[in-house]
Amino acid sequence: MTELPKKTKRKLGLVIDLDTCVGCHACVVSCKGWNTKNYGVPLSDQDPYGSDPEGTFLNRVHTYEVQPVEGEAQLVHFPRSCLHCEDAPCVTVCPTGASYKRVEDGIVLVNEQDCIGCGLCAWACPYGARELDAAEGVMKKCTLCVDRIYNDNLPEEDRVPACVRTCPSGARHFGDFSDPGSEVNKISESRGGFDLMPEQGTKPVNKYLPPRPKDTIKEIDVLSPLLVPVAEEPKGFMDWLDKKLDGF
Amino acid sequence: MIDQPYLNTSPKVSDEIRQTTCYMCACRCGIDVHLKDGKVAYIEGNRNHPVNKGVLCAKGSAGIMQVNAPSRLRAPLKRVGPRGAGKFKEITWDEALQLAVGCLKPVRDKNPEKLAFFTGRDQSQSFTSFWAQDFGTPNYAAHGGFCSVNMATAGIYTIGGAFWEFGEPDWEKTKMFMIFGVAEDHDSNPIKIGLSRLKERGSKIIAVNPIRTGYNAIADEWIGIVPGTDGQFILALVHELLKAGKIDLDYLSRYTNAPVLVDPGSGLLLRDKDGKQLVVDKRTGDVVPFDKTAIYPDLKGEYSEDGACRKTVFHSLVEQYLKPEYSPEAVAENTGISAGKIRAIALELSKVAFEESIELDCSWKDFRGEEHKKMVGRPVSFHAMRGISAHSNGFQTCRALHLLQILLGSIEVPGGFRLKPPYPKPAEIHPKPHCKVTPGFPLDGPHLGFVHGPDDLMLKEDGTPARIDKAFTWENPMSAHGLMHMVISNAYHGDPYRIDTLFLYMANMSWNSSMNTRGVIKMLTDVNEDGNYIIPNIIYSDAYSSEMVAYADLILPDTTYLERHDCISILDRPISKAGALADAIRWPVITPDRNVRGFQSVLCELGAKLGLPNFVNEDGSQKYKDYADYIVNHIRKPGIGPLAGFRGDGTCTGRGEVNPKQLDQYIKNGGFFMKKIPDGCHYYKPWNMDYQSWAVEMGLYDSPQPYLFQLYLEPLRKFQRAAEGHGDRQPPDHLRERIRNTMDPLPIWYPAFEDNHVNTTDYPLHALTQRPMAMYHSWGGQNAWLRQIHGMNPLYISSKLMRKHALQDGEWIKVSSVHGSIIVPVAEMAALNDDTVWTWNAIGKRKGTWALEENAPETTKGFLLNHLIHELLPPKGDGYRWANADPITGQAAWFDLRVKIEKTESSNSTEPRFETIKSPVGVGPKSLQWKVGND
Amino acid sequence: MRPAASIIIFTSFSGIGFGLLFFLGFGLPAPRGFVALIFLGIAYALAIGGLISSTFHLGHPERALKAFTQWKTSWLSREAWLALGALFFMTIYGIGLVFFGVAIGLLGVLGALLSLATVYSTSMIYAHLKTVPRWNTPLTPTLFLVISLTGGSIITGLGEITLILLLMTGVIQVIVWIRGDRAFYGSQTKIETATGLGREGEIRSFAPPHTGSNYLLREFVYVVGRKHASKLRLICLVMMIGIPIALLSTAFNFLTSLVAAFSHLAGVMVSRWLFFAQAEHVVGLYYGKRVGT
Ligand SMILES: Nc1nc2c(c(=O)[nH]1)N[C@H]1C(S)=C(S)[C@@H](COP(=O)(O)OP(=O)(O)OC[C@H]3O[C@@H](n4cnc5c(=O)[nH]c(N)nc54)[C@H](O)[C@@H]3O)O[C@H]1N2
Ligand SMILES: Nc1nc2c(c(=O)[nH]1)N[C@H]1C(S)=C(S)[C@@H](COP(=O)(O)OP(=O)(O)OC[C@H]3O[C@@H](n4cnc5c(=O)[nH]c(N)nc54)[C@H](O)[C@@H]3O)O[C@H]1N2
Ligand code: SF4
Ligand code: SF4
Ligand code: SF4
Ligand code: SF4
Ligand code: SF4
Ligand SMILES: [Mo]
Repeated sequence: MTELPKKTKRKLGLVIDLDTCVGCHACVVSCKGWNTKNYGVPLSDQDPYGSDPEGTFLNRVHTYEVQPVEGEAQLVHFPRSCLHCEDAPCVTVCPTGASYKRVEDGIVLVNEQDCIGCGLCAWACPYGARELDAAEGVMKKCTLCVDRIYNDNLPEEDRVPACVRTCPSGARHFGDFSDPGSEVNKISESRGGFDLMPEQGTKPVNKYLPPRPKDTIKEIDVLSPLLVPVAEEPKGFMDWLDKKLDGF
Repeated sequence: MIDQPYLNTSPKVSDEIRQTTCYMCACRCGIDVHLKDGKVAYIEGNRNHPVNKGVLCAKGSAGIMQVNAPSRLRAPLKRVGPRGAGKFKEITWDEALQLAVGCLKPVRDKNPEKLAFFTGRDQSQSFTSFWAQDFGTPNYAAHGGFCSVNMATAGIYTIGGAFWEFGEPDWEKTKMFMIFGVAEDHDSNPIKIGLSRLKERGSKIIAVNPIRTGYNAIADEWIGIVPGTDGQFILALVHELLKAGKIDLDYLSRYTNAPVLVDPGSGLLLRDKDGKQLVVDKRTGDVVPFDKTAIYPDLKGEYSEDGACRKTVFHSLVEQYLKPEYSPEAVAENTGISAGKIRAIALELSKVAFEESIELDCSWKDFRGEEHKKMVGRPVSFHAMRGISAHSNGFQTCRALHLLQILLGSIEVPGGFRLKPPYPKPAEIHPKPHCKVTPGFPLDGPHLGFVHGPDDLMLKEDGTPARIDKAFTWENPMSAHGLMHMVISNAYHGDPYRIDTLFLYMANMSWNSSMNTRGVIKMLTDVNEDGNYIIPNIIYSDAYSSEMVAYADLILPDTTYLERHDCISILDRPISKAGALADAIRWPVITPDRNVRGFQSVLCELGAKLGLPNFVNEDGSQKYKDYADYIVNHIRKPGIGPLAGFRGDGTCTGRGEVNPKQLDQYIKNGGFFMKKIPDGCHYYKPWNMDYQSWAVEMGLYDSPQPYLFQLYLEPLRKFQRAAEGHGDRQPPDHLRERIRNTMDPLPIWYPAFEDNHVNTTDYPLHALTQRPMAMYHSWGGQNAWLRQIHGMNPLYISSKLMRKHALQDGEWIKVSSVHGSIIVPVAEMAALNDDTVWTWNAIGKRKGTWALEENAPETTKGFLLNHLIHELLPPKGDGYRWANADPITGQAAWFDLRVKIEKTESSNSTEPRFETIKSPVGVGPKSLQWKVGND
Repeated sequence: MRPAASIIIFTSFSGIGFGLLFFLGFGLPAPRGFVALIFLGIAYALAIGGLISSTFHLGHPERALKAFTQWKTSWLSREAWLALGALFFMTIYGIGLVFFGVAIGLLGVLGALLSLATVYSTSMIYAHLKTVPRWNTPLTPTLFLVISLTGGSIITGLGEITLILLLMTGVIQVIVWIRGDRAFYGSQTKIETATGLGREGEIRSFAPPHTGSNYLLREFVYVVGRKHASKLRLICLVMMIGIPIALLSTAFNFLTSLVAAFSHLAGVMVSRWLFFAQAEHVVGLYYGKRVGT
């Protein structure tokens, strides 16, 4: 099973827009909420009210500062979850076959009944997308909400991942990358969607959109004011006003 | 061959979905609560809800961890140890109510004002104030005074509505959006949804904020302004736009008091005998009331009589803002924004407003009877919140921002900023404050409101303050939301008088919602010569084991938000949108598993036991069984009750008889009610007669109320005049100068007060707090999921300061203000104004609270900036201690704070350290696996 | 990477155990009867003990057998099979030695090669991980193999071969460290590629997703101080190489062999501790933990 399918029928994944993500962590918590009650064992928390609280999360949001060569430093919020790689090293490394990539849609999953909790898949994943649940000793990862996206018990419009449904700033898009006409492909192409760590050869399905250029309003010199004064002092202004108001 | 395990991709999601309203913050989103086996399994956003349209923030999704929090109080508590120790005895509700009545009854019978009832971030203010009014005390308010009253008041007086959550940009049409001093705001999900709409269309977003996080991080432009100087920046934009004539003259003529005539002697506006502001009609040259049919007010109008020439407000405005002191050059250094940048932004604003204006083919009729074929839009919009509001110059700065909006003609127009019903609404039709106390009887009217001159102040015969918080006095005449932050201090000092009982609801006053936290703790625990507490009785309602619980004598444990009825009322702060009237409820989607009761229901019972006239029937029996009963059956005015939807037979809106099935209908409708504003009424609402009649029909006003935006705010001039020695109510001498200088009827800027009281060379840095998006004040800290995101808070300082003080992330520094010092960990931030330091608000916790372990990171690496902020400014040698507040509204000036930093030895705990409170609820479990249902 | 005791014990012990089996399989030495039992006993104790210890870090050791299923792709699975194969052939070979006094050469050689292959596959679990540039090199199996052989040869008392192996181990170990120290920063994976924000400017981690710790940080972002590491490297070389050489080149007897073996084993464990503790996983980049050095 840990052989990767040569080709998957669909390539489901996310586009994450670093230009609009405000870093609100909504996706982090809705993911935790949905996944603790659904697919597999709950996402546990250790010492939840103590000095070292630490739990399993399938999606976490980092914040980076970027200092351009010129101009002000910028802040970028950066959600990180499984990218459902085409060449998923986490799958091939798995000794038990618990990790697999679905033929029908390319979703990378862990079959928890088979997982021995060896942690190797997490070692193999460059993106930190897998976390071993400390209470249950099995590997947890983003399921792309496989139990939502096909779920007949949910209204059609809700058959999207929990994190996508909840994202208040619309920074997360879900769709099929194998379909050239899909929304995710279009957004990704038009906005220069990119892969994380392409050199790792994992061929991630998820794409990230770069922040748009910032701080582009340039200063205006006093000597060449584009906002042409009609007057410098009240008297002149009132004269201008006279002329203006005659128009009304 | 790949053999995949079988996977059920259609598992059952839940047994049932119940739709109610979130209260993990005050944004009040609609939520779908999924239940399994009667327990909360999952919470997601309600797609049909006007506020959040299906999305939910981190807090909202973490609601499960709130309703199962080990910190929940379990039964009424009676204090058995000294205040602050946390020693309590569980008692029955009968005992609790008896204790409360025993305490309150004598007060009501003799001195109702000796009850101070303050209600924090209350969402039932129209109810709690009603109760307090019935009790008869003048001492009631909620948290607005320390929150953002500058914003609310400046807005309501100037444009008849405010930023805050009372208005919103026209997200679908705006082409340029400027956001001042906002981290998260009350309207948090709507702003995020709105920003994403702007991003989709490529509209420009400009953020003005010393700190570049969150919304400011995704903005196209960042203006890292020096805190407290926004007024200067905004007025420099005004200067530039005026100078270039890039202002909407037609808009100014028609909809604002720019053409209103000013009496040069008094500075008061000319009015007719009905009190209507007068303008010169450009067509006839006559002086006429502003709303006369078929006139066109002349911006340049003049009127001479008795040798004196009355000119327009616009005239004064031009004279004032063309002065060189408002030029970009004059303010560049102080604001930290170069003159060239200010000019560039002015240009950008004028381009979008005037060259990219929108015209909607939508005819409408204005209040002067004129028909307009089109609706013209200036698609620039603004939003602002506490960053400009929580300063001692905040009121005037907020006014300045409204001035800028008005000059651009961008309020209530397509693509601009629009108000949400019940706004727009002229300041004059809001109630005025009341304070007439009669023992054993209700107060003579609502406590809070809008004053229009010295006559409306809440002063006793002898000129002393009538209210314990000194709201509506010369110290802060227009304090429309009261001053919750001064209550404990004033009560302690017996200034203006002593009280008997402090009754608090939902406010962590011994911790993060107070300035000078240690001082407040002392005030709550100090005893007089007889060994009695100086504040004799404290009754408190909280749902959780907060820091404040330890300081109360009697605790009335509240339910959590999923366990009670609530009413997000049209009489108070409904959830309306600019295009719709909307209100909502909460209802018990789960049943409490503890001996707790909804606070409002407790007030119904307490009101009856105290015999409050509106809480008993004629036979003396309890009138409202509980809050749900009140929500449905209470009638404020004939036909008008707390909820606007499904009235009468269930089809009436706004006005209508009581509908016993009203709550069921709300529940069926997803927990809310929404009525769209009719087509043709979406813009120009204050002047649009179709809107006005609709508003009357909905019960928002009793008759149409068209009004002018008040660029020149006459009530301010009236206070100034009193300070200049006019009239029979005059301020004490020591306040005259300040009132004269700050209460200018046209928006002005003056330096933050703290800057004049401390040596800014010794304290060179500005210190701020921000709301973390994933945490709500102190009450998110008990949440097992959220506290993993924000379990501690470093002080962020600029890269420049990091280098200067040779600091590394995680090292410790001492931060001092004139008032005190704290020891905290630091972290570097480059995207930060160089002279600003900041931290997340309210992460720090007191040991022993919130069911957290004693050495929780919140207590060892978390801290409050509040220890550095005093409710009074340092002495200046004039014999007075000035309040650390806006002189006009009393808004707490949290963000005026000046500090210095120095490196200290590494430490294992932030300071100050406080003694551990004994937890009345124990400590939470060591592990957590939240799974409900049996699959 | 977190230097988990169970894995350090596993790789060190089983490595030496399989090294010993390798020599035994080739009949170097080829004891018979009770002596053979002792030798095999030591080898089995080390190899199996190590394998058992490796299950301690599993979340579900009771499902360990499932680990045999994915030999097509997984080095861990292959290791399991190879170990089983090695032990199987060596057991039959051993039965011959102990009970029948015969050495079935073919079985021995097969067992020996499988033993070495086991060590190789163990090393490949680490060496094939692109996510850990320090490990992602043929030097990793080389080091594992040479250490395995060295340990085996000390126990079998192979005299000069041991000394040569010890020297080789020392040299390879030093090369591994020198290369290793540059591996992470020499790899193509940087915070720029991790975040894709390289075009925008210089990147710095401003805030982690959560203020507390988590599985990833504990497991992959273990940081050893540079001074501490240098000290340990010295100790490692002294124990793993220096002392054994000194002892074995002066006097070659049971006692010196025993002391040399223990010293070597201790040194190997230090080497393994460093192998894990110093290994930088690329995920650390997301946490800003691996920049600038
Ligand atoms: N340094 C600094 N300090 C600040 C600010 C700042 O910006 N900087 N901001 C100020 C502002 S604007 C505000 S609004 C205040 C907020 O400060 P507070 O109003 O004190 O806010 P919370 O900490 O949320 O606490 C309110 C209390 O309500 C309780 N509570 C929560 N849910 C319920 C419930 O359902 N029922 C009942 N009865 N109680 C409940 C909580 O347990 C908590 O004890 O902080 C102010 N303090
Ligand atoms: N998640 C979450 N949401 C909340 C709350 C919460 O605790 N958590 N609290 C709610 C409450 S009670 C309130 S009052 C609102 C407040 O909502 P906000 O107004 O967003 O409140 P703050 O977080 O205090 O943010 C103030 C912002 O102003 C900036 N600032 C400070 N001084 C200046 C200045 O002089 N000029 C400018 N331009 N900017 C300045 C600060 O950097 C900060 O970004 O949020 C509400 N929403
Ligand atoms: S919910 Fe959306 S905006 Fe918020 S952190 Fe996640 S991706 Fe970013
Ligand atoms: S992101 Fe990591 S866990 Fe997900 S498929 Fe890629 S390698 Fe595997
Ligand atoms: S932890 Fe589980 S899923 Fe991951 S490699 Fe080991 S067995 Fe496979
Ligand atoms: S797709 Fe589902 S599992 Fe994956 S991050 Fe989003 S919510 Fe979590
Ligand atoms: S913004 Fe978040 S916490 Fe506030 S009401 Fe909405 S979902 Fe709840
Ligand atoms: Mo607030």
